[in-house]
Amino acid sequence: MGAMFSWLQFDFMKLAFGAILLITPLFGLMGTMIVSRRMAFFSDALGHSALTGIAVGVVFGIGDTNWSMILFAVVFALLLNKISSTGQAAADTVISVFSSLSIALGLAILSRGGNFSKYSSLLVGDILSISKKELLYLGVLLAVVIVFWFLFFNWLQALSIHRALARSRQIPIVWMEYLFAVLVALVVMLSIRWVGILIINALLILPAAASRNLSVNLREYHFFALLFSVFSGVLGLILSYYANVATGPTIVILAAVIYFATYVYGKKGLL
Amino acid sequence: MTMRRIIKPCGLHCIRVNHLSVRAGEQQILSDINLHIHCGSLNAVIGKNGAGKSTLIRAILNDIPHSGSIEFKDRENGFLQRLKIGYVPQSLNLEEHSPISVYDMMACFQSRFPVFLKKSRSLRKRIEDSLELFEAGELIDRQVCRLSGGQLQRVLLSMAVMDEPNLLLLDEPVSGIDQNGMELFYRTIYDLKEHYDLAVILISHDLDYVARYADKVILLDQTVLKQGTVKEVYRSEEFQSVFAKSAAIV
Repeated sequence: MGAMFSWLQFDFMKLAFGAILLITPLFGLMGTMIVSRRMAFFSDALGHSALTGIAVGVVFGIGDTNWSMILFAVVFALLLNKISSTGQAAADTVISVFSSLSIALGLAILSRGGNFSKYSSLLVGDILSISKKELLYLGVLLAVVIVFWFLFFNWLQALSIHRALARSRQIPIVWMEYLFAVLVALVVMLSIRWVGILIINALLILPAAASRNLSVNLREYHFFALLFSVFSGVLGLILSYYANVATGPTIVILAAVIYFATYVYGKKGLL
Repeated sequence: MTMRRIIKPCGLHCIRVNHLSVRAGEQQILSDINLHIHCGSLNAVIGKNGAGKSTLIRAILNDIPHSGSIEFKDRENGFLQRLKIGYVPQSLNLEEHSPISVYDMMACFQSRFPVFLKKSRSLRKRIEDSLELFEAGELIDRQVCRLSGGQLQRVLLSMAVMDEPNLLLLDEPVSGIDQNGMELFYRTIYDLKEHYDLAVILISHDLDYVARYADKVILLDQTVLKQGTVKEVYRSEEFQSVFAKSAAIV
């Protein structure tokens, strides 16, 4: 038993473990709704906007670029939501254009004078560098998301089933869409330094997608998504410690394995 | 409890649509629609494809910008009341494998108690009762995306009448329903308007069924070309010009 948890003797591993226990339920929960609402593209674009937000902060000489990053992401999320809610078929193309433009701007500004290496950790993320204060932010965010879920989950789900039908039931659909978009922006921005731009979307989508392969109702959907998310997170952290590889990618590989396993299992269940 | 069943609709409420118009940019999609709908009546909206039938439904639902007004009045004293609309869409925005059961869907629309957490026994009973009205009680734990067209239609109807609407708005099912299913659908709607205090506006593509079941027919092409009883509309010149080819069935 002692040997099994020997990795926990280091403070940075304790903090990283805490971060995993906060981030993975957060992602499992948000992922269920992102997948149901087919917003994978949206959250991906938001992840990319992190670079631009930091670049904007650098240009304007803001000390803590986290603020400019979060602010930019929220504005970006509101804009993207506006574009998608017009219901035009080309919304994915437009989102893609904005997303590409934003990442290009970010890269261009941050690479000026050959300084990009300073920011390259953002691409892969580094969960081992998280501090106690930052852990607290994640905890607060998780609490906010849970409260949001209790208050508004039914409404969000209803409106993803049928917008006009939800509207006919006096559900404030426009408010719900904007609120959820902002929440996705906050979740992505507060965890992007630890998870990394390149794989953050995989962590959001995979547990929920795997859960869909097995679930027949919303309770199962939530249960399996949370289980897969936390399981791949914790196991990923331990494996990455012993194998000496980056944590984020290890977690994603595990989540992907679970996805394929549930996919095969789900297909069998149909026969 | 599910909907209050009454012997006869009172006939004292009416819904008025006044000067309703919808435009998209330069294009006028609906112009100056005036309707007068009584409770206890089945009103069928007919017209060619692209005549604006679905737009009319969306405008009444307040789902798209429009001008004009919709009033719900007590005929006796003219008091305005809040109009409760039950809406039955043609299809849902659900993919294959969506992990949503019939209970989940109805609970989301019907209650604020978090559906992802656990089932509420009292809510389940209410939902089951409502499904029973349409002989769909056994579907409560089925996945919505696996229901047949006819089953989904019955589930959506039970959901629509759950909070006792004054007006039921529906699109006739077009796909996935056989002849028997259509017959059942029309009989159910007929039964609803006979026994509950509500008015029905139904978008229909089948002139035959409309002739048999509707109390009032509204012929639409951007505006109301003709409205009245089945006979009045089907024998009108406007009807002949819109349905020149299929008029033989009347």
